[in-house]
Parts: sequence; structure tokens; C-alpha cells
Amino acid sequence: MAKFRGAIVVDTEHCKGCSLCVVACPTHVIELNPDVNGKGYHYAYMKNPEACIGCASCGLVCPDSVISVYKKAVE
Amino acid sequence: MSRMELTDIIKEENLVLKKSALLTDNVMHYCPGCTHGVVHKLIAEVIEELGIQEQTIGISPVGCSVFAYNYIDIDWAEAAHGRAPALATAIRRLHPEKYVFTYQGDGDLASIGCAEIMHACNRGENIVVIFINNAIYGMTGGQMAPTTLLGQVTATTPYGRDAKLNGFPMKITELLAQLDGTCYVTRQTADTPAAVRKTKNAIKKAFQNTRLDKGVSFVEVVGTCNSGWKMTPVDANKWMHEHMFEKYPLGDIKDI
Ligand SMILES: Cc1ncc(C[n+]2csc(CCOP(=O)(O)OP(=O)(O)O)c2C)c(N)n1
Ligand code: SF4
Ligand code: SF4
Ligand code: SF4
Ligand SMILES: [Mg+2]
Repeated sequence: MAKFRGAIVVDTEHCKGCSLCVVACPTHVIELNPDVNGKGYHYAYMKNPEACIGCASCGLVCPDSVISVYKKAVE
Repeated sequence: MSRMELTDIIKEENLVLKKSALLTDNVMHYCPGCTHGVVHKLIAEVIEELGIQEQTIGISPVGCSVFAYNYIDIDWAEAAHGRAPALATAIRRLHPEKYVFTYQGDGDLASIGCAEIMHACNRGENIVVIFINNAIYGMTGGQMAPTTLLGQVTATTPYGRDAKLNGFPMKITELLAQLDGTCYVTRQTADTPAAVRKTKNAIKKAFQNTRLDKGVSFVEVVGTCNSGWKMTPVDANKWMHEHMFEKYPLGDIKDI
């Protein structure tokens, strides 16, 4: 079992749906939502939140800095 | 995972990555997935980490990144096309205590601004140059740049760049490394998390060099222009891997 659990918070209104975070995530947490934001973009969201390890790969590659990453050690 | 557990994780004390405080609330006008956004973020993070927000002056170019000044909360000047190195020269000479950098695309730097960057590098100005090589004129609709690869289709090379007709892709970074006025010349990229980290380190080193008065620190970032290349952002990264790095190999070219 993973030593860390993670979670991301996406500023969905400012996500441009570029998918770069989707392909950067090593544990396939993220997908684009079938729903769209106010600009018409399919925004990123945690499809499989339990798989997130808080590695921050998604946030590092996001061109619009709309991902915040949280990470917590598992007791 | 239950809702309860998620709220356990999403707490201030567990935060490991968030938007740099130096990035403004303005939404970047760049296309989804554009490399300019990633590099803006890295510059903001470096300036924030070095604590030099009040001492840094950026020069934005003509090109898609013309509005860079809207996004990073520092002092800026805006140069005529290709002339950012001249403006940076003046500003740094008048304010030797400042950190001065230009931010330039490949059309701006290698085409119309070729003479400006050559001579600034040859004079050994104590500035940082951030050079975004996306092998195309993004802003004006995807025309050939000096850096466009052989065979690459652009608006002005509809059958692919032909060396006989259009000359060869210009490795301007290698040319500038030949000049005695440059102290640090490196080529990086910004697609994978590892590459993003490396590019950030290179940008940080370049800014720190400013204080050593050794000359120009030059950071090329090979990037994508998915709109100009007419691909999705993900496919553009793949195309970059398959085609760009052979001509533009990554790594330090000079470090003295
Ligand atoms: C004197 C002058 N000549 C030409 C132009 C048209 N023009 C605007 S941006 C640009 C090239 C931009 O390409 P690049 O520097 O690679 O930036 P990118 O948009 O790809 O980031 C050109 C030729 C101009 N604005 N001013
Ligand atoms: S990388 Fe950023 S802008 Fe692109 S889809 Fe992911 S969250 Fe949205
Ligand atoms: S923090 Fe890592 S594991 Fe979690 S969503 Fe982002 S890339 Fe995936
Ligand atoms: S045209 Fe190209 S360089 Fe300009 S914002 Fe769009 S993707 Fe970026
Ligand atoms: Mg360009």
C-alpha cells in the first residue's frame, strides 16, 4: 500500500482542458470531465481519487497553474 | 476513498504545490497546453524563491508572449520586435543592482532580433535570456521561423521546409555559446515533470549568475505551439520528442 495519499484541487473555471495533467499522472487519477466550465472547456478532475499519491506531477506540467496538490503520510 | 478521507488530505498543512504568489489573477491568453504558461510559472517561482520580486525587471517581446507583463507581478518593459536585448542592456547598465531578463520567442530572437541578441551576448551584458523555441511564429498564425525543422509544414512552408528554398534550421543557441560574453548556455524543455524541474533549476542558476557579473546566462526552452503545429497539446509533446530533440539536443552547452 502507498505510503502517501494525495489529492488535488483544480480551479475548474480556469482549467483549459489541455489534458497535459491527465497524461502526466503516473497513477491515472485524472480525466477530463464530460461537463464543461464557463469557457466551454472540459475541465480536469479526479476520476480515481483513491489512486492519488500526491506526487505533484500534474501540477508541475499544468501551464495555467490551476492545480493545488495535497499529500499526507499514511499512518 | 470516502469523502471524509478526502477532506482529511485537503488541508493547509498537507499542501505541497500551489500557484506561485507572483502569478497574477489574470487568465493567461495562451492556447490550452502552451509551453509559455509553464515557463511563466517557473520564472515566477524562481523569482519568488530567490526573494527578488522588487529587484527584477523583465522585458517582454513581440510574439505570443507579448503580454507576459500581465502575468508575473514584477516590473516590466515591452520591447519592439527583437529588441529586448537592447532594452535589457540599457536597463541593467542603469540599474546594476537589478536582475534583468528578456523573454523571447524564436521568431523574435533568431529572426528579426538576430543581430540584437548576438551583440548583447558578445558584449557580455549581465542579463538573463529566456528563449522559447517552438520552431514557428505562433502569434501570427504559424509561419516558418529560422528554427523550423526541415520538412516541417507551416503556413509559409506548406510542402515542408526545404533547405534549398528556405535554408536550414538555425541552432542559434550553439552560435551564442561561441561568444565570449556568454557564461551559461543551456537547452531544456518543459513537457514532463522531470523536465519542468530541470528547467526551473536552469532558470534559477541563470538568475543567480546575474550577481556574479560573468555575462549573459541563456536558457533555451524547446517547447510546443500546438495551435501553430495543428495538433492537440498531448500530440504536440509527442511530436516534439520525436522530432525536435534530434536537432536541438537537451543539456548544458556552456557553463563557466
Ligand atoms: C516589426 C515587426 N515585424 C513583424 C511583426 C509580426 N510578428 C509579430 S509576432 C511575430 C513572430 C512571433 O514568433 P515568435 O517570436 O517565435 O513567438 P511565438 O508567438 O512563437 O511565441 C511576427 C513576425 C511585428 N509585430 N513587428
Ligand atoms: S494541465 Fe491544467 S489546464 Fe490542462 S487540463 Fe490539466 S488542470 Fe486543466
Ligand atoms: S498528485 Fe500525482 S498521483 Fe495525484 S493526481 Fe497529480 S499526478 Fe496524479
Ligand atoms: S499560438 Fe502557439 S505559442 Fe501562441 S499561445 Fe497558442 S500555442 Fe502558444
Ligand atoms: Mg515561436
